[in-house]
Amino acid sequence: MEVAYLIETIIKVVVVLTIFSALAGIGTYFERKILAFMQRRLGPMNVGPYGLLQVAADGIKLFTKEDIIPTNVVTNVFKIAPVITASTAFMAAAAIPFLPSFDIFGYTVNPIIADINVGILYILGIMGVGLYGPLLGGMASANKFSLLSAARGAAVFISYEVVTGLSILAPIMMVGSLSLIDFNNYQIENGWIVFNLYGVGFVAFILFWIAAFAETGRTPFHLIANDHEIIDGFGTEYSGMRWGLFFIGEYANMFFISFVIPLLFLGGYGDGSLLGALALLGKVAFFFFFFLWTRAAWPDVRPDQLMWLCWKVLMPIAVVNILIAAIIMI
Amino acid sequence: MEAFNDRNVSNGYYKLDIEDYPTTAWGKFKRVVRRTFRGELFVGLWVVMREMIKFDVHTVQYPLEKMPIGPRYRAVHEMKRLWESEAERCIGCGLCEKICISNCIQMDTKIDENSRKEVSEYTINLGRCIFCGYCAEVCPELAITHGGEYENGSEQREHYIDYAGMLTPLEMMTQGKQQEFEGFGAITPHEDAGVKKTPLSY
Ligand code: SF4
Ligand code: SF4
Repeated sequence: MEVAYLIETIIKVVVVLTIFSALAGIGTYFERKILAFMQRRLGPMNVGPYGLLQVAADGIKLFTKEDIIPTNVVTNVFKIAPVITASTAFMAAAAIPFLPSFDIFGYTVNPIIADINVGILYILGIMGVGLYGPLLGGMASANKFSLLSAARGAAVFISYEVVTGLSILAPIMMVGSLSLIDFNNYQIENGWIVFNLYGVGFVAFILFWIAAFAETGRTPFHLIANDHEIIDGFGTEYSGMRWGLFFIGEYANMFFISFVIPLLFLGGYGDGSLLGALALLGKVAFFFFFFLWTRAAWPDVRPDQLMWLCWKVLMPIAVVNILIAAIIMI
Repeated sequence: MEAFNDRNVSNGYYKLDIEDYPTTAWGKFKRVVRRTFRGELFVGLWVVMREMIKFDVHTVQYPLEKMPIGPRYRAVHEMKRLWESEAERCIGCGLCEKICISNCIQMDTKIDENSRKEVSEYTINLGRCIFCGYCAEVCPELAITHGGEYENGSEQREHYIDYAGMLTPLEMMTQGKQQEFEGFGAITPHEDAGVKKTPLSY
């Protein structure tokens, strides 16, 4: 029993790692293509049919590039920072149920690596740790732009974490559990949380969604690596696969948060039928697409505007939301 | 006088109606609320989505497709022939060599068997040429002109083109495919109408 469980877990870990590393690569392809179409361009076209092998070309380039450690950097921190980003992104995936459980060869598989009872807290906490990557990498780089980016990273971090934490309090109060599986089961009986409790769920959903943009550092809040202001931010001094690790971390994070939002608010995988699983994948695809869509359409805010938004607007709304939820539930 | 001093091309200018910045806290709050619910963000989303659905792509996939180039464009030089006799137009006067501001034309001439001046050597160093068009402008015979061939990358800085390479091939003349250059030095349209006979005596 123990051995079987161990083997199953290892297989699941390997599958999740491979699938999402590959998805991170393919995500860049989709990002380029969709951004290009929205700007009336064609995007990558030359490597492979419709540029499909561009991902492979990028991978070869990243892997074979010289790994430069500039002088004056704090070597150990500089080396470890990208690993933090990539590894925490994947660690967060441990508590996400990617699909409903299914049977192969009479053996029931739960596509979740560990259904721990503090699931959502664990995911948000580990994703928060992921921000140490840009922070440490930026501070260790001996580069002004990287340092600015690290400072912005800290500012972004203290702003959005408040909103994320407070916004999911109301749904947690409804469900009474922190496990994403319990969230899913609750929504089978009581309908999607977005529509629950006279709009409280909807407000929480919007707040969490906004905070997700800050969490993944996507466009309206793309402050830490804002190319037109601070070059590549924390990534300026990185080259080769170390930079690639930052990249994989960022895209894996986008995919995982796209899984978390529907699991928390939009009914997850439903009753566990095939249709429910497909619906979940459809929702994930939509949220991922939305990340790219906003990148084509919206401008970036300034760091102080983000802090203003999080502390003075979103946080009061979140607190009021929790109060309303509490009053209704009493 | 008023009308003379007014240098505006049209008088349809008007001031934009921009409201003042709010100074009170309540005013600022009202502005935030108004901007939040005006839905401009969704207008932006809709615009990019519309463009994606229309799929009206403007990319030119360069090495495979090329944009048409204007007839007055000044790229690598061409030497033209006379339409009637198919003889070379260049009379070896040397004006182009003289005027070239980057000294990239080198030529030599000789007297041929009919006692006419003839070009024996003629090269242009495209690595130095700045494609200013002076040579085409100064040429009295409309012989040296610019062509539309702009893909002249080479492995070396010095990159020469010689007389034979620039000269219109004879097959093109027999097919009547030689193109006149419309840019610098070309005859303006309806030039004939303006020509006056030189009077016999003043
Ligand atoms: S285009 Fe200008 S620089 Fe080039 S050969 Fe003619 S005169 Fe010289
Ligand atoms: S190309 Fe024109 S300017 Fe140059 S030598 Fe010949 S006739 Fe004279």
